[in-house]
Amino acid sequence: MSSAEATLAARDPYHIGHAGESRARGYGAGGPASKRIVVGYGFWLFLLSDIVLFSCLFASYAVLAGATAGGPSSRQIFDLHRVALETGCLLLSSFFCGTASIAVARRSRLWTQAALVVTGLLGLAFLSLEITEFASLFAKGDGPTRSAFLTGFFTLVGCHGLHVSVGLLWLGTMMAQLYAKGFRADIRRRFLCFTMFWHFLDIIWVAIFSLVYLVGTKL
Amino acid sequence: MSLLGKLSWDAIPFDQPIPLAAGLLVIVCVAAVLVWIVVKGYVPYLWKEWITSVDHKRIGVMYCALGLLMLLRGFVDAIMMRSQQALAFDAPGYLPPEHYDQIFSAHGTIMILFGAMPLVIGLMNFVVPLQLGVRDVAFPTLNSVSFWLTATGALLVNLSLVIGEFARTGWLPFPPLSELRYSPGVGVDYYLWAVQISGVGTLLTGINFVTTILKTRAPGMTYLRMPIFCWTALASCLLIIAAFPVLTATLAMLTLDRYLGFHFFTNEAGGNAMMFTNLIWAWGHPEVYILILPCFGIFSEVISTFSAKPLFGYRSMVIATLFICLVSFCVWLHHFFTMGAGGDVNAAFGIATSIIAVGTGVKMYNWMFTMYGGRIRFATPMLWSMGFLITFITGGMTGVLLAVPPADFLLHNSMFLVAHFHHVIVSGVVFGVFAGIVYWFPKAFGFRLHEGWGKATFWFALAGFYVTFVPFYVLGLLGMTRRLQHYTVPEWRPWILISAFGILILIVSILCQVMQLVVSIKHRNELRDETGDPWVGRSLEWTTPSPPPVFNFAVLPDVENTEVYVDVKQRALAEFAREPHYEPVEMPRNSPTGFVCAFFATFVGFALIWHIWWLMIAGLVGAYATFVVFAWRDVPDYVIPAEEVARIDRAARAARQGALASAAPP
Repeated sequence: MSSAEATLAARDPYHIGHAGESRARGYGAGGPASKRIVVGYGFWLFLLSDIVLFSCLFASYAVLAGATAGGPSSRQIFDLHRVALETGCLLLSSFFCGTASIAVARRSRLWTQAALVVTGLLGLAFLSLEITEFASLFAKGDGPTRSAFLTGFFTLVGCHGLHVSVGLLWLGTMMAQLYAKGFRADIRRRFLCFTMFWHFLDIIWVAIFSLVYLVGTKL
Repeated sequence: MSLLGKLSWDAIPFDQPIPLAAGLLVIVCVAAVLVWIVVKGYVPYLWKEWITSVDHKRIGVMYCALGLLMLLRGFVDAIMMRSQQALAFDAPGYLPPEHYDQIFSAHGTIMILFGAMPLVIGLMNFVVPLQLGVRDVAFPTLNSVSFWLTATGALLVNLSLVIGEFARTGWLPFPPLSELRYSPGVGVDYYLWAVQISGVGTLLTGINFVTTILKTRAPGMTYLRMPIFCWTALASCLLIIAAFPVLTATLAMLTLDRYLGFHFFTNEAGGNAMMFTNLIWAWGHPEVYILILPCFGIFSEVISTFSAKPLFGYRSMVIATLFICLVSFCVWLHHFFTMGAGGDVNAAFGIATSIIAVGTGVKMYNWMFTMYGGRIRFATPMLWSMGFLITFITGGMTGVLLAVPPADFLLHNSMFLVAHFHHVIVSGVVFGVFAGIVYWFPKAFGFRLHEGWGKATFWFALAGFYVTFVPFYVLGLLGMTRRLQHYTVPEWRPWILISAFGILILIVSILCQVMQLVVSIKHRNELRDETGDPWVGRSLEWTTPSPPPVFNFAVLPDVENTEVYVDVKQRALAEFAREPHYEPVEMPRNSPTGFVCAFFATFVGFALIWHIWWLMIAGLVGAYATFVVFAWRDVPDYVIPAEEVARIDRAARAARQGALASAAPP
C-alpha cells in the first residue's frame, strides 16, 4: 500500500467514496463487512421501514385533516408555545445523546452515563408535555373518537410518542448494560443503534412540527 | 369485565359440525404427533437442532415445512369452496353463508401469507447465503425470531377454526364491512393480529436479507457476479422493507377503529373507507411481486442448469428485476379502477400496469433464449419451469386485459379476475416453489427426490390447474361474480362442475407429491447425492457437500467469474486435491430467543383478540424480558477449531473426489 493509499484508508476506512471493484470489506469484491457496519446498516434499513410506516400515518393525517365532523379544527386546538417547548426538549436531548456517543468513543463511563441521564430526562419532559396536551384535549371531549381529523392527529403524534416511550425503555436498558458490561464491542454496536434511533425520533418530530403544527395553525 | 375477556364456551362451534369435526381431527393429529415425538424421545433433538437453531439452512427447511402444511390447509378450503358451488345450484349446499364466507377469507389469507410467503422466504433462507458464499445471514438470531413470528401468525389463524371464528370479509378486510358495527365478532381481530404478528416477522426477514446480500458477500462477489436468484431475493426483500410497513400501519389503523372507536375508515365522523383500499393495495400489489420475483430467480437457475448453458442476458435479467421492483409501486390503483378516481388517473395506472408486463416479457425471452441451443434435460424442476413458461404467458396476458380500465369495469370482481390471479400465482409461485424444492432438496437432505413420482405430480398439477381455472374465465364472461355461496343461473352450472372435476385432478397431484416424499425417503440410499452436485449446477451452493456442514464453507470461496462453479468444475479433481489453509470458524450459538418470543407473541395476540388484558400485559412483559435476557448474553458465538473444520472438509472432499472419479468417462 502506498503512503497516499494509506492516508486515504485512514481517512476513509470504509471506502465510502469508492464503488464497484473496491476491495474494501462490504463493498464490491471486498468480502463480508465488519460486524459494526453490518449491524449499523441493518438498523438503518429498519429505520427506513419505520419512516415508511410514519409516512402512511402522515398521508392518512393529510387526507383526514379537514374532516372535523363539526368538532374543533387544528387551529382551535394547537398551542404553539407548548409545541416549541416540546421541540426544544427533544432536540436538546438529541444533543446530549450525541455527547454520550463522544463519551463512549472516549471510553468515559461517568460522562456516558451522565449524558444519557440528561438525554432521558429531556425525553421524559417531552413526553410529559405531550401527555398534558393529550389530556387537556380529552378533558374538553376532543379525544380521537370525536372526528376523523382528531383520529389522524392522535395516531400520528401518539405513534411518535410511543416511539419515544420505547426509546426511553431502551435507554434505561442501555444504561444498565453499559454499567454491567462496559464498553464491549457488542454493547457499542447496540449503542450505535440506539443513537441512530434517538436521532431518527427528531427527524420524525421535525416533520410533525412542520406539517402538523405549523401548517395546522395556519389553516 | 370477566377474567377471560370475551372468551366463553360460546366460542367453541358446538352447533356447527363441520368446523368442529375438522378442528377435532386436527387436534387429534397434532396431539398424536406430539405424543409420538415425546415417546420416541425426539424432544431434546428437536429443541437443540431445530427449534433453537439459528442456522439459515435449518430455518429455511422449517419455513418450507410450514409453508407446505399451510398450502395443504388452504387447499382443503379450496376443495370445500369448489364442492359447495358444485352442489349449490338452486340449493343451499352444505356450507351456510357465514361459514362459506370464513372459508374464502381463510383460503386467501392462508395461501398468500402463510403458504406462499413461508415457502418463498424458506427457499431464500436456504439458498441465498450458500449462493453468496458466506456462512450465515447477517442476523442469525433475528432470522429465528422471524420464522417463529410467522409460525405464530399461522397458529392464530388456525386457532380460529375451533375457538371463535375467522373473518368473513375476504382476504383483505375492506371497511366499512370490517368495522366493528358490521363485523362485531372476533373473526376480523383474528385476521388483524395474525397478519400483524407474522408481518413483523416478514419485515425482519426483509431487513436481514438486504443486509446479507448488500454487505456480507464472499470475497470477489461483486453485484454482477451474484447468481440471479440472489438478485431476485434482493429485489423481493427491498419490496418487503418498503411495503410491509404500509401493511402494519393500515392494519393498525383498522385495529384502532375496532378497538378504540377511532374514525379512520368508518362511515361517520369523517372517516374515509377508500383510504383503506388505497393503503392496503399500496402494500398488496408489491406483495405479489415479493412472491413472484424470487420464483423468477428459481426458474432462471433451473432453466440455466437444465439447459447446460449460462443464463441468456444476465444483465438484462437484473435490470428487468429491478424495473419490476420499482414499477410495482406505481400500479396499485388497478385493483379498484371502479372507485371512480377519474379517467386520467385510471389511464395512468392502466398504462403503468401494461408497462410492468414489459419487464416480465424481457425475462420470458431470456428464458427461451437460454433454452435455445442448449442440451435440455427434462428433469422434474425443468418440467415445472416449462409448465410455468407457457401457463404464465397466457395468465399475464389476461392481466394486461384487466389493465384496460373500460374492460376492468366489466370484469371487476368477476370470476374472470379470480381466474387471472390464480393463473399467475399458481403457475408462477406454486410451480416456482415446487421447482425450487425439487431442485434444492438434495442439497438440504443429501438425497434426490424420486423422479417418476415428481413427474406424475407435475403432469397432474398442470392438467388439474387448467381444468380447474380456465372455466373461471368463461364463468366471468358469463357474468358470474366471485365469492357466491349459491347461484341460480343454469348456464354457469357445467363450467362449475368442470372446475370441481379439476380439483379432483389436483388432489391426485397432491397425493403423488406425498408419495414422492415417502418413496424418496424410503429409497434415500439409492438416491444419495455423494458429489454435492446432483444436477451439474452452476452456482456456489453446488460446491458444498450435501447437506452442507453447519459452517457451509470451510474457507470462504474467492469468486472470479459470474458462473463460479462451471469454471471450478473443469479443474475439479486438481482443485480438490489441493487443500486450503484451514482456520477456526466462528459460528453464532443456537438460541431459544425466537421460540420464546413467538410463545409470548402468541399469548399477546390471543389476548388482544379476546380482550384478555392481563394476559396481554403479561405477554408483553415476557417478550421484553426475553429481549433483555438475550441482550445480556456474554458469549454470542462459539468457535469450531481448525482441526474439526479440516476433518469435516477433508471427508467431504474425499467423498466428492471418489464420486467424480467413478462417474468420469473412461
